[in-house]
Amino acid sequence: MGEHGEVQAVLQRANGQVGSIQLEAQDVHLRFGGVVALAGVSLGVHQGEIAAIIGPNGAGKTSLLNAFSGLYPITSGRLLYDGHDVTRLKPHQIARLGVARTFQNIELFKGMSVLDNLMLGRHIHLKSGLLSSGLYWGAARREEVANREIIEDVIDFLEIEAIRKRTVGTLAYGLQKRVELGRALAMQPRLLLLDEPMAGMNAEEKEDMARFVLDIHEERNVTIVLIEHDMGVVMDISDHVAVLNFGRRIGYGTPDEVRRDPDVIQAYLGEETEPRKATLEPSAVDHAADPRARARG
Amino acid sequence: MCSAVAVKPTPGAPTRPQRRASWWESLRPRIGCGVYHSTYADDMALRTTTASRLRLVLVSVTAVMFPFVAGDYWVGEANRLYIAIIGALGLNILVGFTGQISIAQGAFMAVGGYTTAIMTVTLGLPFWLSLPCAGLTTAAIGAIFGVPSLRLKGLYLLIATLAAQVIVEWLILRMVWLTKGPNGIYGIKPPAFGPLEFSDRRAFYFLMLFFVVIAILFAANLFRTKIGRAFVAIRDQDIAASVAGVDVFKYKLLAFGVSSFYVGTAGALQAHDRLIVSPEYFNISVSIEYLGMIIIGGLGSISGAIYGAAFIRLLPTALSLMTGTLGLAGTNVGVLQQAVFGLAIVGFLIFEPHGIAKIWRDVKDYFKLWPFSY
Ligand SMILES: Nc1ncnc2c1ncn2[C@@H]1O[C@H](COP(=O)(O)OP(=O)(O)OP(=O)(O)O)[C@@H](O)[C@H]1O
Ligand SMILES: [Mg+2]
Repeated sequence: MGEHGEVQAVLQRANGQVGSIQLEAQDVHLRFGGVVALAGVSLGVHQGEIAAIIGPNGAGKTSLLNAFSGLYPITSGRLLYDGHDVTRLKPHQIARLGVARTFQNIELFKGMSVLDNLMLGRHIHLKSGLLSSGLYWGAARREEVANREIIEDVIDFLEIEAIRKRTVGTLAYGLQKRVELGRALAMQPRLLLLDEPMAGMNAEEKEDMARFVLDIHEERNVTIVLIEHDMGVVMDISDHVAVLNFGRRIGYGTPDEVRRDPDVIQAYLGEETEPRKATLEPSAVDHAADPRARARG
Repeated sequence: MCSAVAVKPTPGAPTRPQRRASWWESLRPRIGCGVYHSTYADDMALRTTTASRLRLVLVSVTAVMFPFVAGDYWVGEANRLYIAIIGALGLNILVGFTGQISIAQGAFMAVGGYTTAIMTVTLGLPFWLSLPCAGLTTAAIGAIFGVPSLRLKGLYLLIATLAAQVIVEWLILRMVWLTKGPNGIYGIKPPAFGPLEFSDRRAFYFLMLFFVVIAILFAANLFRTKIGRAFVAIRDQDIAASVAGVDVFKYKLLAFGVSSFYVGTAGALQAHDRLIVSPEYFNISVSIEYLGMIIIGGLGSISGAIYGAAFIRLLPTALSLMTGTLGLAGTNVGVLQQAVFGLAIVGFLIFEPHGIAKIWRDVKDYFKLWPFSY
């Protein structure tokens, strides 16, 4: 719990204006048989901020998001949302709290059109039952049309008008990433969990995606938790950065604090004893942290 | 807070104009905004092109005129076809749309068939009551046998539904006091709503046509609304579906229920067509036959269920006509039928996994672009 208190302190120091903590992990442990994915992680995400989670491959970043989403039942610890214990909630219950997310390896409904994928994002907002749906009568019909208008606005925002009727399985990778973000937005979430939204994208696509993330955040005050290997993006857009390594949180603070943190530098640069600050500048770390980016590039 | 834009613009890339109005503001439903309303509503209609409307009219006219021009034999064949379409639609809802494979089709048809047989023959209750009861009973039993889908997928779920098939067949044979065991239940009457009887083959035809139209429309509507979308989402990516708020288990059970309602209804209608239920009408070869229908017709497609049912139901007649004209009258049509059935399934799985429905779509697309189709 000591570490947790430290989080609070750091948050207050860094932020000045302390909003309420929207999402909180308290001493979360997660094991898969012998593999320890999370070894006592505590983390607080403030209402309305952009928080980034960074760390080398296999550090447990995705596992932490999956724990938040209710996909991985954690071994011990607690998860809180708006101060309520949500540790044991199922994924669909978490969704109803206003939490949406995207996945590291795009998880779209491949056989469905872009429109249907986005409409599925409206699932929690739709109420019509079996009979009225099957008859497409009255409320069910009105509801479908009204919600179609809502997702058309998401489509406008993400500039995917031209592909709205395409089957998502046939779309290019970058567009699929965008559609997946669209599905999350269609939920009108209060908290958005993004697992490497820019991975595998070219510079232009990354720029678009970063702008979308910022627009979503600024215009609606959606809290965003972002896993990203591109340090340039992370350092530029996040309010706080948490660094994971081997399932432990080894660093936390504002981008500047994290950048200077010797533990973080150590984790990223391995054996190097000399903390070469220069190499933690965005472009260099980008490559150090994400060997896949190199492989792709 | 974040003053800087994340990534430096790439040289040469066009800069996007700054957005002025908050996009999120506009997320509120614009009810009452006539133009948009009618546009999207039109866009969301089932039939959007003139060609498809024309086709619909043609099919409807043919279906209504058919019993007046066709002979008794063909009207009877059409009745069996319509029943098969309802059953195939039901199976496709579960297997093709929701991705939950089942080989218990025969068993679920049995539940429907025996429910109506027991209610009308043993208890003397009317058809209009026994038919919905058959559907609902099958839906409930289908949902119960859907429980293993919480943990099992694919082949393992197939085995679990095989258990359902075996258990139901066994129960029918053992619960002689209820089902008359291997003898089956005789003396089922043709459908009747009070004084309105459908004992005539042609009257029965129109009743079946009515049910098949309802079944098709209900399914078509289901898959353009919340519940049907959730089914397909579970098939394509159940984890993403759950994170988007779909209670995957609940919707799997619902899929089993809705599917079984269709299948049970088909079983009940079949009982009132054949006027008898007995175990051999509902054995595992029935399950395989129906799986064949949706594979050949097109998994996850409503028209696919129709084409597939037509293919399988009309196959024996077509084959005997062919062997007749080819002067092979002595050929064992039954064996030939099995062979063609098997070959068709393998052929479609290899060459056109989306079935006849996909082939038909391709043909339509070809002619849409014609004569510039290359
Ligand atoms: N479902 C699972 N079953 C078993 N082990 C798992 C599972 N999910 C994750 N792990 C293990 O947990 C550890 C953390 O994995 P995780 O995917 O959270 O890492 P990550 O930080 O997201 O890495 P990356 O940057 O590569 O995405 C790894 O050792 C991984 O093998
Ligand atoms: Mg990951």
